[in-house]
Amino acid sequence: MRMIATIATLALSLGTAAATWAADKADNNSKPVTSAEITGSVPAQINVSNANVFNRLLKKDKERNSAPPTDGIHDADNEGTHQLQPPKVAYEGFPTTEFGNYIDWVKSLNGGNINPRYDREDPSVEPIVMDLDILREVKASMPDVIFPHKPHTQWLHCSNCHPKIFKPQRGSNQINMSQILLGQKCGVCHGKVSFPITTKSCTKCHSKPKPAEWKPPLSDASVKNPWR
Amino acid sequence: MWRYAIFGLVGWVSALLISIPAQAEYADVVINNYADAAGMRPVVFPHWYHRVRFRCKVCHADLGFQFKAGGNKITMAKIVDGQFCGACHNGEISWSVENCGMCHSGVPGTATQIHGSTVQRLVAPTYEALSDKKKAQ
Repeated sequence: MRMIATIATLALSLGTAAATWAADKADNNSKPVTSAEITGSVPAQINVSNANVFNRLLKKDKERNSAPPTDGIHDADNEGTHQLQPPKVAYEGFPTTEFGNYIDWVKSLNGGNINPRYDREDPSVEPIVMDLDILREVKASMPDVIFPHKPHTQWLHCSNCHPKIFKPQRGSNQINMSQILLGQKCGVCHGKVSFPITTKSCTKCHSKPKPAEWKPPLSDASVKNPWR
Repeated sequence: MWRYAIFGLVGWVSALLISIPAQAEYADVVINNYADAAGMRPVVFPHWYHRVRFRCKVCHADLGFQFKAGGNKITMAKIVDGQFCGACHNGEISWSVENCGMCHSGVPGTATQIHGSTVQRLVAPTYEALSDKKKAQ
């Protein structure tokens, strides 16, 4: 019994060592030049336990727009995989962003980098574009949301959203970020295909700053607090 | 007893290998409703490639594709019949169905998913995933 435990511990520590080594190796590839490296001074060796490393739960930076044979979900042993166009080739000259495909698709469309068809067969069909901004006031301190119909109708048809996902009536759609993150409401597309929800993309929707005199509403617990 | 040690090592090594994130393009859809069971590689649908050429409306309004990975229950019979992918992949608008490996190009055993989705990027499991686990128990 003790032997099993010893062997298990050994295997565990071996595995941990390998994991640390792999993580270090991965870090070295993407690490920017530190001041110590510039000045040539030797940084003090800091021994932090593996449990307390920085960015413990963050996924490692991945290579952007990698070609199908190396992207991890295409099978490199499959002949057809090598026929597929690598995204970088297609994205040449496109305006970029910091999330999703790292491409600003709306700018690409308006700037003429792409001219996707609105009809399956006829390239000359023009989309029915509606230019109507909807202001959605946000209870908390985040800037208010302006929903622009224009870029949406350039890509989509009214029936894609109305009335199944959004009732086409002012004030009848309750939306919160939890729903969106779980793939409902805006999250039916945003976070899957159209630009995702990251810290870098908040202001794309939350774009109208609150007025200067705006103060966050006090919570009930504050208002009803007799000791306040 | 060595078996346990080997299991431990294999477990760690596979955990390391599996944790390497796939670098596929945002919004690549893996469709594996029936492919694995039929002995084919799962389908990888590149959204980016198609949105360069078509607006969302063409597939999601005209052709009736649901906004859900694997939610369309596409079969080859439907495609040959001119539904779903078959509306364009018919040798007229785009290349035809005899190029099996161009669509069926995923790593075998990959689950149906929309790659790089926000739900995939969440650090903690979502409510849905938790309830699934509970169902399994």
